[in-house]
Amino acid sequence: MKRSWLYQAALLAAAGLVLWFFAWNTAHNLETRKIASGFGFLWREAGFEIGETGAIAYGAADSYLRALGVGLWNTFRVAAIGVVFATLLGTLIGLARLSPNWLLAKLAGAYVEVIRNVPLLVQLFFWYAIISENLPGPRDALQPWPGVFLSNRGIVFPTPWSTPVLSGFNFVGGVTLTPEFAALLVGLVTYTAAFIGEIVRAGVLSVGRGQVDAAYSIGLARRAALRFVVLPQALRLIVPPLTSQYLNLAKNSSLAVAIGYPDLVSIANTTMNQTGQAIEGIAIIMAVFLTISLSISAFMNWYNRRVALKGARQ
Amino acid sequence: MKRILSLTVGFALLGAGGAYAQGTLDTVQKKGFVQCGVNGGALAGFSAPDSKGVWKGIDVDLCRAVAAAVFGDANKVRYTPLTAQQRFTALQSGEVDVLSRNTTWTITRDTSLGLNFVGVSFYDGQGFMVPRKLNVKSAKQLNGATVCVQPGTTTELNLSDYFRANRMTFKPVVIETLPEVLNAYFSGRCDVFTTDVSGLVSVRGSRAPTPADHVILPEVISKEPLGPAVRHGDDRWFDIVKWSLFAMIEAEEMGLTSQNIDQQASSKDPAVQRFIGATGDFGKMLGLDNRWALNIVKQVGNYGESFDANLKPLGFERGLNQLWNKGGILYAPPIR
Repeated sequence: MKRSWLYQAALLAAAGLVLWFFAWNTAHNLETRKIASGFGFLWREAGFEIGETGAIAYGAADSYLRALGVGLWNTFRVAAIGVVFATLLGTLIGLARLSPNWLLAKLAGAYVEVIRNVPLLVQLFFWYAIISENLPGPRDALQPWPGVFLSNRGIVFPTPWSTPVLSGFNFVGGVTLTPEFAALLVGLVTYTAAFIGEIVRAGVLSVGRGQVDAAYSIGLARRAALRFVVLPQALRLIVPPLTSQYLNLAKNSSLAVAIGYPDLVSIANTTMNQTGQAIEGIAIIMAVFLTISLSISAFMNWYNRRVALKGARQ
Repeated sequence: MKRILSLTVGFALLGAGGAYAQGTLDTVQKKGFVQCGVNGGALAGFSAPDSKGVWKGIDVDLCRAVAAAVFGDANKVRYTPLTAQQRFTALQSGEVDVLSRNTTWTITRDTSLGLNFVGVSFYDGQGFMVPRKLNVKSAKQLNGATVCVQPGTTTELNLSDYFRANRMTFKPVVIETLPEVLNAYFSGRCDVFTTDVSGLVSVRGSRAPTPADHVILPEVISKEPLGPAVRHGDDRWFDIVKWSLFAMIEAEEMGLTSQNIDQQASSKDPAVQRFIGATGDFGKMLGLDNRWALNIVKQVGNYGESFDANLKPLGFERGLNQLWNKGGILYAPPIR
């Protein structure tokens, strides 16, 4: 007992020493190369525009801090919407794969195999190319619905207080869903849904055959049996791996940078490049993603405890 | 992928240590080649591999000039293709010895980024390219336009400044790699593509499906002096790269070319005698062989030869990049 304590303490001390060496060496190297350090740059004027700023008012005269805030908002927006749609689509795929309908089951199977075996980055380029190369320019925009315009600048919806009008180069007014956001969202949702589908299928299959037979024997239809008997039990197995998929989706959103969606990583990269403060920028990215991931984990663990069997080992 | 690179760079800074204490020249001589950071987006005329995979361009020629000065062999270069965002950390962390990647000299980069610009190898300015069918005649008509731009560039900042100063608005579409941002422009995702005029001429000539469908607007909205850079804190290496560039410019002014430099051994002109290392000890002062400048001109050529070989075929004019005594502003300090 005593000896194991000694080992632990020695290991901790060694780890601390290594960390201290890295920190010292970095500071020393920055100093000898006269590279600026510290977080003071966050309050300087950013000087660059951001394509979509969401709920945050932002202009080139605002600070780097505010620019990073816009990036964080954009990351959060795509991750939150993505998680909801990926869960819905994934559940449908998982159930479809178990469907007695042969065609539906095979189609769902093919979907899973194709989507999860192609790298996400390639899929993002694919969706982005589909949107930007196939849709017409704003002057020849399609009108799938009166007042709604579909072009290679995205989809513009009217709102109760503003109607989109073509003025000069582009539409003014209304709410725009940009091609970058759409491509990223579709890419993340379809990709993650393939994995969630398999998790749902595994969860459903884990529920004993006897449970299903019992449900049918008391007169429940297939849909009701699924909803009241199978899914509640399956959730216990589904939730823990589902958490990893949510974490993956949130982290994968950083691939946005490749197709020009201004997420946190994209803004932080630009900031690092304009200020030269790579270490601080990376530290911010790491801190933010750690916070997002830990929050998702905490919430899912709480939910898992709720659906788990009482007294079960966690 | 870029995140991985930035992380690597971060760790390189964490771990980098003694290697630089002994100076870049020693390190370069020990490993036997110059590691040169160039444009990874294949910017024709500046740095792009040709059909045989050999790097060509005026930025590449500067790398070759440094290798010729250090080793007497212009081929002792290895190239690291870099994006606009990767370039500074690559130089800071020691991944490359020279950054020769159409990079604008600014005060921020010269000071807080820890770089030293050795001089100007190309005087440039930022411009706008639009599809001819939009019928735009002036940048002042671009209010409300969607603009494709690469991140981490002075271009991105000048763009914001210009629209702010002229009370116009725009929507940026910011994509990092040159091929992807050009796809977005050519597919019509953006109304405008902006970068240095040299870059516009280069991509219009080499990437546009039909070059005549695109016009470069007359406004040039900024000064973009492009030049090679090295790390802070190594004056000897700074001198070598600086004088490699000056030697190319000086050679053009003196009329020395890769064709005639071998016949100059008998020249009576004392300036030529100094240049080719027949008199004086200028190579030694740099820590190099006295034939350093002769090797540069013989193997790489003078500035004008490099310009004619790389940029003229794409439709570039000499303009500001003509010698000072021929109407331009290229001016190298004397070798004496």
